[in-house]
Amino acid sequence: MKWLPPPLNFPTRLAAIHETANVVKRLDELSNLANANLSFLEIMQVDRVLSKTAHTNLSEYEDLRLAVLSSSTLDHALPPIRVAGLRRGLRIEIWASGFGQYRQELLEPTSELHLFRPHVVLLSLLAKDFIGAVPLTASPEQANVAVESTVQDLRSLWKRAQHELGATVIQQSFLMFDAPLFGALDSVIPGAPTRLVARLNAAVSECAYEEGVVWLDVVRASARDGLDVWFDSARWLQAKMEIAPQAAATYGELVARLIAAARGKSKKCLVLDLDNTLWGGVIGDDGVEGIVLGHGSAVGEAHLALQHYAKALRDRGIILAVCSKNDAAIAEAAFRDHPEMLLKYSDFAAFVANWNDKPTNLKVIAKQLNIGLDSLVFVDDNPTERAHVRSSLPMVAVPELPPDVAHYTRCLADAGYFEAVSFTAEDQLRAGQYSASKHRESLRAMADGIDGIDGFLKKLEMSVDYGPVSPLNMARVTQLINKTNQFNTTTLRLTEAEVAKLAHNPEAILLQFRLLDKFGDNGIVSVILATPEAKDMSVLNIANWVMSCRVFGRQLEYEALNILVEAARHRGLRILRASYTPTAKNTVIQDLFLKLGFSRDASLDGPRHASSDWSLMLDNYVPRQTWIARKGQAHDR
Amino acid sequence: MTDKDILETLSRILGILLGTESMALTLQTRRADVPGWDSFSYVSFIVGVESEFRITFRVADVESFETVGDIVQEIQSAKSW
Repeated sequence: MKWLPPPLNFPTRLAAIHETANVVKRLDELSNLANANLSFLEIMQVDRVLSKTAHTNLSEYEDLRLAVLSSSTLDHALPPIRVAGLRRGLRIEIWASGFGQYRQELLEPTSELHLFRPHVVLLSLLAKDFIGAVPLTASPEQANVAVESTVQDLRSLWKRAQHELGATVIQQSFLMFDAPLFGALDSVIPGAPTRLVARLNAAVSECAYEEGVVWLDVVRASARDGLDVWFDSARWLQAKMEIAPQAAATYGELVARLIAAARGKSKKCLVLDLDNTLWGGVIGDDGVEGIVLGHGSAVGEAHLALQHYAKALRDRGIILAVCSKNDAAIAEAAFRDHPEMLLKYSDFAAFVANWNDKPTNLKVIAKQLNIGLDSLVFVDDNPTERAHVRSSLPMVAVPELPPDVAHYTRCLADAGYFEAVSFTAEDQLRAGQYSASKHRESLRAMADGIDGIDGFLKKLEMSVDYGPVSPLNMARVTQLINKTNQFNTTTLRLTEAEVAKLAHNPEAILLQFRLLDKFGDNGIVSVILATPEAKDMSVLNIANWVMSCRVFGRQLEYEALNILVEAARHRGLRILRASYTPTAKNTVIQDLFLKLGFSRDASLDGPRHASSDWSLMLDNYVPRQTWIARKGQAHDR
Repeated sequence: MTDKDILETLSRILGILLGTESMALTLQTRRADVPGWDSFSYVSFIVGVESEFRITFRVADVESFETVGDIVQEIQSAKSW
């Protein structure tokens, strides 16, 4: 894991953590240690101290239960999973099934697995268990049947985990570690294990994506690092380890990465330095014609390759920003005037070039984009700048770039900061939305001068398209529920399976809102989950309400409430209840329900920032006039 | 490196794996003498020793080690300090 810097003063720091009593401080320090390229034994030590850290509920760290169901020995990979979780603010509690007991555990409703109530189930299975009986002489039809029946078998296991445990399922790809029989022909003969396993992986991964199952691709990782790193015959013979201990750290990282991605904790924004990162040389000294970029030189092509990669990330929904010590006008001119420049000034949602220190500028960027510092990845060739950012802002991910620019792109890719478990229409739109948001901001600046915020909102020509949560939007709705930290009333996190279950409940009202304006479609930006109270069916309870920070201050919360009230009245409901659960990140909505006209339940009176319960009498509610027109219809079942 | 140095490193590694801070292995120690030193942690121990000393044991060696002294001896012969 070369993108992580080597650990500094590991024994001293670990000993100091041992002496620290404060739980948050302990976890923060352990995360900092985990953000280094640790050896197998160092990971064990971090994990040991982690296990001795009190398990109190914290808003800074998300607790998560992971069940590992495997048909090989995986105990050595559990500490690396927990330590990699720390890198992403996750405290992962793991329960591991007995060797090869996965089927019984899933099928038996009173099994330990069911009692453990995992949020995530990881299936790490051996290919042999499924296709080991297929003869080498198998016909293409026999091979098809073997692959297809495995897919069906796995699908039924996944459904168990999804529906009965409400868990996110991670399916590990099948490693092929048998010695070749023919050679190249192994990839062609229908009954050859190599061919069968390759087909199995293709078929299972495709089905997994359809079923909302997360694919853990150890095959791809082993192709990256070499099979000998991932599979070691000695360990297989000694302890039936399919994943070799020397690959355990990477394995844990991959697992934690996917869990974090499913919980919306992947990074969102790539912040790039300019000189000697996006091009070779120093623009302030060398001038536009003097920098090294593009064809004709290996160095120039390497920098261009990084630009290509950044552009491709932008196209899949990653926000780009610049953070450079430079004269702003000179830096901007480089993007305008250099013929080989692939990235355009308009590709960046934030462009900060000045002489302030980088941590200060990264804070400005996060604020401008309205995202958390922990959503940023900062790429800089300068080791001093990297160290400065790491020590001042440990929540910002800073890859340890290799000395040779030739390997920058690969290093950034290997770090997997932007791991995703789905690719939605919203992701594809995001890049454009962020440049459009620059235009909105300039309109806002104009409007502020002329006719105030109302004028700005009017000029935006907004409309809302809304409706129930359905399979069509389930992936995005789940992503939004789990990714949103600021406008999030109760921080109830749900897996896609749990959202689907709720959507099937005829008593529940689930609404998703898409906001459009003259600059484009913002996509689905808000979700309300409401269920009637069990004790009093005339009361509707907002279990959670989330809204993307991109549309704050656009009156959508008022229009969404208007729509919810209509739907609730239509059902004959009388009272709307809501709660606000404070976290480190959602103070922006501490007055939300007050603003919306709810009254606070007196029994729980307390300061603004405390947990609070609210109610709204539907009979008395007067819809609030907004600048948002209605586009869709509430399809109330 | 002396046998004593190697013993200290081995004790540290096993201590980390078993969560025992004051592990003191001797040349005569057998696995059965150390509580919790089961076959899984034995393999982890071997993995730790191999990476610490940058050597590779043969599976035959790993199976034939009876005392910690046997491991020390194998490390000494694999390394020319």
